[in-house]
Amino acid sequence: MSTLQRDPREQVRVLDEDGRVVDGATVPDLDDDQMVEMYRNMKLARHFDQRAVSLQRQGRMGTYPPLSGQEGAQIGSAMALDEEDWMVPSYREHGAAYARGLKLHQTLRYWMGDERGNELRDLNIFPVAVPIATQVLHASGLAWGAKLKGDRKAFMCYFGDGATSEGDFHEGLNFAGVFDVPAVFFCNNNQWAISVPRERQTASETIAQKAVAYGFEGVQVDGMDPLAVYKVAREAVEKAKADDPEDLRPTLIEAVQYRFGAHTTADDPSVYRDDDEVERWKAKDPIPRLESYLYEQGVLDQERIDAVQQSVEEEVADAIETAESLERPEPAAIFEHVYEGMPKRLQQQRQYLEQLRERHGDEELLE
Amino acid sequence: MSQQQQQSTQNLTLVQAVRDGLYGEMERDDDVIVLGEDVGKNGGVFRATQGLYDEFGEKRVIDTPLAESGIVGTSVGMAAYGLKPVAEMQFMGFIYPAFDQIISHAARLRTRSRGRFSCPLVVRAPYGGGIRAPEHHSESKEAFFAHEPGLKVVIPSTPYDTKGLLASAIRDPDPVIFLEPKLIYRAFREEVPDETYTVPIGEAATRREGDDVSVFTWGAMTRPTMEAAEQLAENEGIECDVVDLRTLSPLDDEAILESFKKTGRAVVVHEAPKTGGLAGEITATIQEEALLYQEAPVKRVTGFDTPFPLYALEDYYLPEAARIADGIRETYEF
Repeated sequence: MSTLQRDPREQVRVLDEDGRVVDGATVPDLDDDQMVEMYRNMKLARHFDQRAVSLQRQGRMGTYPPLSGQEGAQIGSAMALDEEDWMVPSYREHGAAYARGLKLHQTLRYWMGDERGNELRDLNIFPVAVPIATQVLHASGLAWGAKLKGDRKAFMCYFGDGATSEGDFHEGLNFAGVFDVPAVFFCNNNQWAISVPRERQTASETIAQKAVAYGFEGVQVDGMDPLAVYKVAREAVEKAKADDPEDLRPTLIEAVQYRFGAHTTADDPSVYRDDDEVERWKAKDPIPRLESYLYEQGVLDQERIDAVQQSVEEEVADAIETAESLERPEPAAIFEHVYEGMPKRLQQQRQYLEQLRERHGDEELLE
Repeated sequence: MSQQQQQSTQNLTLVQAVRDGLYGEMERDDDVIVLGEDVGKNGGVFRATQGLYDEFGEKRVIDTPLAESGIVGTSVGMAAYGLKPVAEMQFMGFIYPAFDQIISHAARLRTRSRGRFSCPLVVRAPYGGGIRAPEHHSESKEAFFAHEPGLKVVIPSTPYDTKGLLASAIRDPDPVIFLEPKLIYRAFREEVPDETYTVPIGEAATRREGDDVSVFTWGAMTRPTMEAAEQLAENEGIECDVVDLRTLSPLDDEAILESFKKTGRAVVVHEAPKTGGLAGEITATIQEEALLYQEAPVKRVTGFDTPFPLYALEDYYLPEAARIADGIRETYEF
């Protein structure tokens, strides 16, 4: 029986909280290098996140949505994709995007308010979606487009528990089920939609079981167990690209996890949740879990762990330097890419902005 | 007209021209797909997609679940993937669930991806009143969409333009809101070439030439406006320049100003509510660009700032020839 075919109320786990393989679980088929890559990606996502929050606090970056606690779900799922597959992110998937090849300085640029951070020319990553759940429909449409064109690719769409309350979540999954598109809907159930708990989003016992209503499989997974996430995500990706078109079906994955920090740097979680809760979830931290497992397996030793830590610190520092060394975008960039050709009114407005700059100089104009 | 030309045209209503335009573009380009509620086997509630399902099959003419946001949101994804979806909203009054997808995503995809993705999507919707329809079936909300950067807004008023503008909309690399004046879906016929052709987006058409008053209008209001203009010319010697804008975004500023500079007097006619309607934008353009040519205040003849009434009173709501003629006369006599 496929892991996906179990009761959507039973959580899939591979590692327990101490990093030991739980009874009856099978470790996914990843070689040592892939295991270390998974570990490194998670370490990098954590360190990047801590530095990004700090940059915001120092006024070097705008509002930023932290991901700490969600590395297992992001990295485990992103590594389950094949090269030809796509990810359709929300706004918190910095780690998943990195695992798909997005440079960290691009992510920083975006959150530093520079549109050039959104330039992802050669990567199968759709632009960040800030409105809630709207990207669920884009993923269904992209997957549907691929199917109509006869391409075999999977489309992994990320959203939070709050998104499952939106009409677009329902419409996206409903369309996907009706038209059998190769989409994997990956819910990062991190327990809180800003300040509103999961229990106030839905009266369903699990989010995974909502898939039943759309006519396809839903599976709940421990989202802080990267090996379990990889396992279910990989099966869902393979199902989306099944050899027999009859077997090609979407999947809903609910990854149960916790965001350790605030919703964004503009949010204060101490207002709506207590420290005990945060501490309870920190015991499930995905990084030490995988680290212990790999240590016990002899894949990691202290020297290697230290080397990984050093290399992620260097990579993040380089990315910050690159992002901050870039000059401000040209003001005329505002007018680019609104339409394929620039309508006359936009040309006139661009000219007007240039005249304003000439007349006053940027310093006076931006005072 | 030569024999050759006669053989290659058909006498079509406006809604038949929609169908003919869709057919031509689907035949021309395999990436064009039509989707919406009841567009397949049923051929659309107005029959605008009649026969397309039989011709092109269920992969290209798709009956969707009843979900406007779903239709447009998935179309955004399909468009980004390289298809050219033509999504039908059954009535413009039901477009609001899709508004977020149109405004937040279709309109911004090119900007947000720095030109990597375009969104070559057409959203078709029958708009406007006058057909004794139930509540929420008569709205004319073009201003919502003309206000949004990244979108184009097109409203044809003749069968010939309908087919040519629809072809342009489908071939356009940017998202186009294509509004069809359902009041005149079947009001008259016009010779329409069998072959595909385009009418450029962004260019107004002068329907009648005159030196006294410029009248700017579009869609279903073009006919009562022409009726008023003909009556005024015949009975009172007032000669109107009637400009059918055809595209509301981008507006054809040159055509507006050229006509206004000739007459110095302007009336704008639309059936949408007055406040925040496109007439205000056209008036402001005239004020900014041609104040010194102005001989009279610009007059707006529009629907009222009320919800569109149930049909017992809709004729009072919609501008018709007598009301339009009053506006023109007032402007002329100022």
